[in-house]
Amino acid sequence: MLRHRIIPIVLLDGYSVVKTIKFDVRRNLGNPITVARIYNTRNVDELILLDIDASKENRKIDLFTIEDVASECFMPLCVGGGLKSCEDIAEALSRGADKVSINSEALRNAKFISDASRFFGAQCIVVSVDVKSDEQGRWKVFSHAGVDNSRELIDWVREIESLGAGEILLNSVDRDGVMAGYDFKLIEEISELVSIPVIVAGGAGNPGDATKAVQNGASAVGISSIFHFTSYTPDEIKEDLHRAGLPVRRRGTRE
Amino acid sequence: MIAVVDLGLGNVKSVCRALSFLKVEHLLTSKSVEIAKADRIILPGVGNFYEASDRLRKSGLFDVIRENVLNLQKPLFGICLGMQLLCDSSEEGGGSEGLGLIKGRVRKLRAEEHGLRLPHIGWNDVASGGLNVFKGVEENSCFYFVHSFEVELAEPIAYAKCNYGCDFVAAFEKANIVGCQFHPEKSQGVGLKLLSNFARQDVKNA
Repeated sequence: MLRHRIIPIVLLDGYSVVKTIKFDVRRNLGNPITVARIYNTRNVDELILLDIDASKENRKIDLFTIEDVASECFMPLCVGGGLKSCEDIAEALSRGADKVSINSEALRNAKFISDASRFFGAQCIVVSVDVKSDEQGRWKVFSHAGVDNSRELIDWVREIESLGAGEILLNSVDRDGVMAGYDFKLIEEISELVSIPVIVAGGAGNPGDATKAVQNGASAVGISSIFHFTSYTPDEIKEDLHRAGLPVRRRGTRE
Repeated sequence: MIAVVDLGLGNVKSVCRALSFLKVEHLLTSKSVEIAKADRIILPGVGNFYEASDRLRKSGLFDVIRENVLNLQKPLFGICLGMQLLCDSSEEGGGSEGLGLIKGRVRKLRAEEHGLRLPHIGWNDVASGGLNVFKGVEENSCFYFVHSFEVELAEPIAYAKCNYGCDFVAAFEKANIVGCQFHPEKSQGVGLKLLSNFARQDVKNA
């Protein structure tokens, strides 16, 4: 049976690992290789490495960092940050990434999603969607340039799927780093809308939140603050899902 | 030394990174002479069967691999598309021919008739079927899969099973030949264990 994935998300500001709160306040957490090495020993299902400053600084995620992480992490690796062309993607893959996450360039030029999906296969293309609520509490698509009022979240998510994305990485800006629970309503709505896997991120504060996210339709759960700032481990999160009867990949146990 | 066959299709460096991590001497190559010098061969593969089979033939590697595996009895490990290429033919690319080292054909996974999506991507558990290459790996461990096609064996050899809608062949062994549908190089510790087993032991099937 296919398992729900627990995926640590490692954010970079170029070369260091950072953790944001609501995409704003930052804490520096050191070297990405060290962080990745810890996740590797903790037997996580996948790793997402995102350079959150690349697009606004008009550069790409560092290729040597991808290569260093890929040389120590023998699990699926998804990378993102400033990838703007199929050549950029090819380069990231050749350094050891298995998938790429695209966001800013997809918003600027949606055809990039279909080009990339045709060229590399849908399984390789993750489209990241950042969601922020406006004053009326309506969900808006957010990018490094701010709230994008020109498109509706629902339409954009549908378009992403129809253009051939393999997965959606759904981030809640309002919940980012707050550790007060995911936006479960958002997860439910978006998961029902598309049939491709939805990886959710933003808000997990304890293992129960991950379980609830999956019960609300998430295929995979992205987590960063919990692993950076609490003593919860990926295994404890998997145990919680397992106790709720959800299939996860567990270490050293017979199913 | 292990020759990792490079057909110039997709990312095969991940296999090399895993071998480097395991401190196994290897060489990524598309040269017949290097493959002839190696004592073991890994045929990794990502991509389309037709294209890969075409490259095997045009480059002359088709005969080199067959000679080294059948006559010289060198251990061969086919991974993902590399496993499928060991078989007679595939319906992907209109029945193009593989290396014919294993009697069987490659067909589309029957997942869609069970309402499941293709490709089959993610971690899924494998019943080892007692294959030697799984030695030291806990039974029903999860491995990482990314594929839309499966091998349908036409000879009674030992195989490991996975289920996605229906049971399918996750790995097989026949004398000095091993194949696996999943990606050991992306399957964390259990995957590295398989690669290490292949690199360090004789994988002859009893």
